[in-house]
Amino acid sequence: MLNRRLVALLIIVLGMGVGFFVYHTQKSGSWPFKLGLDLSGGTQLVYQADLNNIQQQDVAGSMAALRDTIARRVNLFGVAEPLVQTETVSGHQRLIVELPGVTDTQKAIALIGQTPVLEFRLLKPGASIPTDISTTSISAAFEPATLTGKDLTSATLQFQGASGIVQEPTVVLQFNSEGTKLFSQITSDNVGTVLGIFVDGVPITTPVINEPIPNGTAVISGNFTAQQAKDLAANLNEGALPVPITLISTETVAGTLGSQAVQDGILAGLVGVGLVMLFMVLWYRLPGLLACVALSVYIVAVLALFKLIPVTLTAAGIAAFILSIGMAVDANILIFERMKEELRGGKTAEDAIRDGFARAWPSIRDSNISSMITAVILFWFGTDIIQGFALVFGLGVLVSMLTAISISRTFLYALGFKGQGAFSHFFFGSGFSK
Amino acid sequence: MFIIRYRNWFFAFTAVVVLLSIASLVAFRLHESIDFTGGTLVQVTYQNGRPDAATLEQSLSAGGFSGYSLREVGTNDYDLRSSNLSSEQRANLSQILSVNGKYPMTVDSLNEIGPSIGAQLRTDSITAIALVLLCILLFIAFAFRKVSKPISSWMYGLMAIVGLCHNVLVTTGFFALLGHLTGAQVDTLFVTAILTVLGFSVHDTIVVFDRVRENLRINQDRNRREDFAETAGRALGQTFTRSINTSLTVLLTLLALYILGPQSTQVFALTLLVGIIAGTYSSIFLATPLLVWVEKRRGQKQK
Repeated sequence: MLNRRLVALLIIVLGMGVGFFVYHTQKSGSWPFKLGLDLSGGTQLVYQADLNNIQQQDVAGSMAALRDTIARRVNLFGVAEPLVQTETVSGHQRLIVELPGVTDTQKAIALIGQTPVLEFRLLKPGASIPTDISTTSISAAFEPATLTGKDLTSATLQFQGASGIVQEPTVVLQFNSEGTKLFSQITSDNVGTVLGIFVDGVPITTPVINEPIPNGTAVISGNFTAQQAKDLAANLNEGALPVPITLISTETVAGTLGSQAVQDGILAGLVGVGLVMLFMVLWYRLPGLLACVALSVYIVAVLALFKLIPVTLTAAGIAAFILSIGMAVDANILIFERMKEELRGGKTAEDAIRDGFARAWPSIRDSNISSMITAVILFWFGTDIIQGFALVFGLGVLVSMLTAISISRTFLYALGFKGQGAFSHFFFGSGFSK
Repeated sequence: MFIIRYRNWFFAFTAVVVLLSIASLVAFRLHESIDFTGGTLVQVTYQNGRPDAATLEQSLSAGGFSGYSLREVGTNDYDLRSSNLSSEQRANLSQILSVNGKYPMTVDSLNEIGPSIGAQLRTDSITAIALVLLCILLFIAFAFRKVSKPISSWMYGLMAIVGLCHNVLVTTGFFALLGHLTGAQVDTLFVTAILTVLGFSVHDTIVVFDRVRENLRINQDRNRREDFAETAGRALGQTFTRSINTSLTVLLTLLALYILGPQSTQVFALTLLVGIIAGTYSSIFLATPLLVWVEKRRGQKQK
């Protein structure tokens, strides 16, 4: 008995501690909630990478290079906490760029669109350089060499040409060690073949390889004006993409809309919790009150988990959390209904509590498993919005099961009702029953 | 138990509601949002009153928009739906929407989805729903594997699925009506709502079935012969308060979410609200009475 009371006390203290952690970290901002773009405001761009010209084993490397290059580009924009990540959705490689606070979609797209795509391609044996530069005729004539923009370290503008004639502006590419190796290999294996240098899919220059080039530099000389060459060099210096990307979706949410959503969400949550607690106390009386304590512990525990994991909260995630508050008391309701039944069967309060828990358990277990199945599939199915929902929902189901079972039970025992007196009868009674 | 006794009345009522839902689906149809079709959705708020539709349409046509749809939202907002924007259209968007600055406005949200993403999302949604149904069927059959008398555990799974289909039908039927009245469109949140309703209502059904299972076991232990209808009816009575109360607490939170919550999840909350009510109804008035019906038919065949 004493032990149980100690545990109950410990739970209360622990719950208050976690509550304080949530409150304090929110005040000081040390562990803030992570808000999704729909709540913080900003722009999300999703690109699809075209990996047709990339060997299977280079896909991961190219996507990583793509991510790093775009991340560097985004940092130039001066956005606080941008997020650039890759993801694979049913075989398609995608790049997701999140720019919190940026609400000018076009500007964001333009900024990223400036990143050039640099590719090297070898002329296929027997093919001649096509006169038109449409994608189909180019991919018919050229095959990709393994070298791409990911192997580049820098680009510089240089004027070259024999003395006496007009010097031609060129862009000199410097490869990294990997690129140097590749370039040396390609040039020594393909002497006499045309190696085209493509920027944004357009062949800029198509020289014949005269001899192996071991030093890791290549020269792009096209019919550039000085300005064009300068721009190209500058853009290449900020990083070149190994593969072309196309924009497939954008989402921009104004910051004001987001903060309104957060406020509304908090209000709805508070009112929801209030209503549920009111109902529980009115209907189940003392056990209901204990359920409220368990619910409070549940709420602070989940909020703390949101901060610690961290879970990116979206409007859908908040909805899931509020929904989970309503569902969290379900285990308690099952247990209490069962307890009342046992009490009506003439058992003492203590026995009723014990048997109520034991009998309610299979229902609680099975029904929660089915909810978890749904959450897992939702997460798997998910776009961001839905994953946000699924994660919160799943977490809620798990945590609520634990709090409802362990905490309510501990408290009920700790209060130590033994008899069948009018006192305990009133406190354990409910709405209809006398 | 009155629910079992008058089960045919409840079956009839269910049939009427389901027919109404189907009628609503046929009459109003579901309108897919850009999540599935691909395209652009722009939500605009005008600070000093919005321009009338004709003015805005003129401005849009001048800006190269065609085949778009405009919808008035609230008192000062417009929703603009169109195909994917060209970069020029995107750059001139605020110019076009504000009719050259005459109507000051802010773009609350701009959402563009490529057609390939949309098509894929549609397949994924259908797969997800099918997968949930399958997993639930398997799980129930597994959880109830020890009760094969008087009806097999697969029947429990099957009847739960019938209940779930009812919930999905009623929810989508309601949504079609909502779409007709308010222009609500089927988006990924709707699919989420459907999946959540599935999860919740099977949860509910399992609790009732679980009680049937327990009662059957007690009967067996005590060697008591009881009509299955009696056993199932008793289980319903025993879990009735619980079913109602759990749904009530969930409905209370959803109501708060619908009335006070973020605007972006309002339709979602309403869909869930209807779905949960349908789910609670079906687990009490449909799934278990159906089990009794199946058992009775089986009994008649054997005689």
